[in-house]
Amino acid sequence: MVSKSPTNPLVLAGQALFYGLFAVIIGYFSTSPDFTHIEPGRSLIKLSFSTQGEPVGECRERTPEELAKLAPNMRTARICPRERSPIKVNIALNGEPLFEGVAQPSGLSKDGASTIYKRFEVPAGEHLISVKMNDNVRIPDFNHVREEKMTLKPAQILVIDLRKDRGGIFFE
Amino acid sequence: MSLSASIRQGGLALMQRIESLFDAFFGAAANPWRHLGALGFYFLWIALATGIYLFIVLDTGIEEIHTSIEYYTHEQWWLGGIVRSLHRYAADGLVLVMLLHILREFLYGRFYGFRWYSWITGVPTVWLVYASGIGGYWLVWDQLGLFSAVASAEWFDWLPIFSTPATRNFLPGLLTDRFFSLLVFLHIGIPLSLLLALWVHIQRVSQSDVFPARALSIGTLAMLIVLALVKPTVSHGKADLSMASATLHIDWYYLFIHPLMYATSPAGLWAIAGLLTLLLLALPLLPHPKQAPVAVVNPPNCNGCRRCFVDCPYGAVAMLPHPDKPGHELARVIPDLCASCGICAGACPSSTPFRSVESLVTGIDMPQQPIGALREEMERKIAALSGPVKIAVFGCECAAQASRLENADTAVLNLMCTGLLPPSFVEYALRGGADGVLVTGCREGSCAYRFGTQWTEERLAGRREPHLRPTVPSERLRLAWADGHEMSHLKAALDDFRKHLQTLSADEKRPRAYTPRRIAQHG
Ligand code: HEM
Ligand code: SF4
Ligand code: SF4
Repeated sequence: MVSKSPTNPLVLAGQALFYGLFAVIIGYFSTSPDFTHIEPGRSLIKLSFSTQGEPVGECRERTPEELAKLAPNMRTARICPRERSPIKVNIALNGEPLFEGVAQPSGLSKDGASTIYKRFEVPAGEHLISVKMNDNVRIPDFNHVREEKMTLKPAQILVIDLRKDRGGIFFE
Repeated sequence: MSLSASIRQGGLALMQRIESLFDAFFGAAANPWRHLGALGFYFLWIALATGIYLFIVLDTGIEEIHTSIEYYTHEQWWLGGIVRSLHRYAADGLVLVMLLHILREFLYGRFYGFRWYSWITGVPTVWLVYASGIGGYWLVWDQLGLFSAVASAEWFDWLPIFSTPATRNFLPGLLTDRFFSLLVFLHIGIPLSLLLALWVHIQRVSQSDVFPARALSIGTLAMLIVLALVKPTVSHGKADLSMASATLHIDWYYLFIHPLMYATSPAGLWAIAGLLTLLLLALPLLPHPKQAPVAVVNPPNCNGCRRCFVDCPYGAVAMLPHPDKPGHELARVIPDLCASCGICAGACPSSTPFRSVESLVTGIDMPQQPIGALREEMERKIAALSGPVKIAVFGCECAAQASRLENADTAVLNLMCTGLLPPSFVEYALRGGADGVLVTGCREGSCAYRFGTQWTEERLAGRREPHLRPTVPSERLRLAWADGHEMSHLKAALDDFRKHLQTLSADEKRPRAYTPRRIAQHG
């Protein structure tokens, strides 16, 4: 049995060895090995929006008979359906389809925002990006359309958003 | 034995080998393997202390934070930089020792029975440790922080909990200073709740080991400082919401969950994390050996001395006012907390075998190994010994199997825990015919009941009550600690002790012979 005296060189060497190993294990995995999040030469397209679709029906005026049936404090002339349209999305990259999907409105009475989040890795470089969306069931065609030639740098993130306050489909 | 049980046995033998190797260099009291929980606390304290400094010098706006961290990392490397690196490496060390602590408690089988409490309350701390550390990365607000924040948001968005997805916080133009203040608040609040959770975690162990021995704490701090100087922590480039970082130097202790999620899916990561958590929580519920009977107090033999109360490793003894004797106290066992270790019986002054009563009943006793029965067994076995050197061995069921030493000249008394041994039994054995007494059990820090070895050693050395009387010659007593796998070590210790006893002449250093009055009277 070795003497545990702190001045025993063997004990000191053993302890130093252990602390060295401890430090190496902590220090190494603290930054290594590297993690390659995006392969070199690729970029990222993120589709992300959270917004309400248009109401599913037109607002209309109540008839005088209908109004009479309501309690006096409820007698507003216009009624609008609460339910919102789902938002349809179609994205093509250089003419090839990249994504097609529908974001349903949230909430029990389907009156909340439609939300989507998708990420796509694409090769960096020049792309023709066409995005079409429909947020109104009363319009058969896509009512928001945007097509643009863009050059994506490696590792660049392009966000496709739907912001009606900023004129619809929004690239950033 | 089932496959999983034999894997655990194998793992335990390996772990104990490593531990005894480290004992040789650090001593049990400062052996890092034996104090992983204390090291965990220590790393947490270092992280909290350095965190206070970092918080003071930090500029917590989205625009300023990265610049202010860059400033103290580079311009003020000799203080801010070192403090930052200590904060980082202490946090990493916490994960490392926590994982080893779980592994060790698992290998020692400390997850069921009365220990369900320590085990179950440990589980939430894992989540809190991760939540604390990952949140810390976001605050740096470099490319790595952004990556981690987005990946975590993508993970949480899989759960239907946010009305607006969390990921949308990290789109250009949407990030606000207010959201950032929330992150800072979380990175202070979660570690503090971790501290609270750990306080809950150690409630059922008395005199809990929450601070490493001096040598170990100095060595560990020095190790962290050297690491901070050799490999200072640096940030990635400032977070840029429009650019992802292709390659990241990630901290695998905390951030491994992100690569794991991208290799599977958010749902996959929830499944992995959820299943692991459930598995940990379910371990105590699996079928396990039933717990042995708990300690029982015999009021007429309890004088209220509090020794059992002080020595109980699990706070399972309470001292209550004596119902009949005003001003006196009486011990009472709290069955739910009792580990059935018997350490209290070894502490009780009424456990002395020199009492002349016909049937020895002590103040606090174990129904499965009562002190009275132990005295009878000892008398019988020592009387049956033959040979030039007669040795009585007190062993422990959890340690190296002392019963395998039994022989014509060697009597073995196997205790539930060496801590059950009242020191007076050693004197009784020597005066009753044994030439020497060998006491064995688990190494310090391996004891299934935490303090069995330590208390026995202190009692026999006269540093703890009840102590071995100084008139007992130390030449005739030998302590030899040996874990389960160290049978050969124990055998060698016995042989060596026997040789030593042979060098003593029959009367040399021998306490006066003693024939119990009740035996003398009854012939
Ligand atoms: C940051 C994390 C943790 C720290 C700092 C920590 C610390 C501690 C400390 C100081 C003790 C008392 C040891 C003693 O005095 O003998 C202890 C006991 C224990 N810990 Fe932890 N712990 C942590 C996490 C966990 C986890 C995650 C588990 C299991 C899931 C766990 C299981 C146990 C068990 C079973 C005991 C009781 C040991 C006994 O009864 O002898 N701990 N822990
Ligand atoms: S048997 Fe052990 S846990 Fe139970 S009361 Fe006695 S010392 Fe405490
Ligand atoms: S050690 Fe014995 S005498 Fe002392 S309080 Fe406990 S049971 Fe009573």
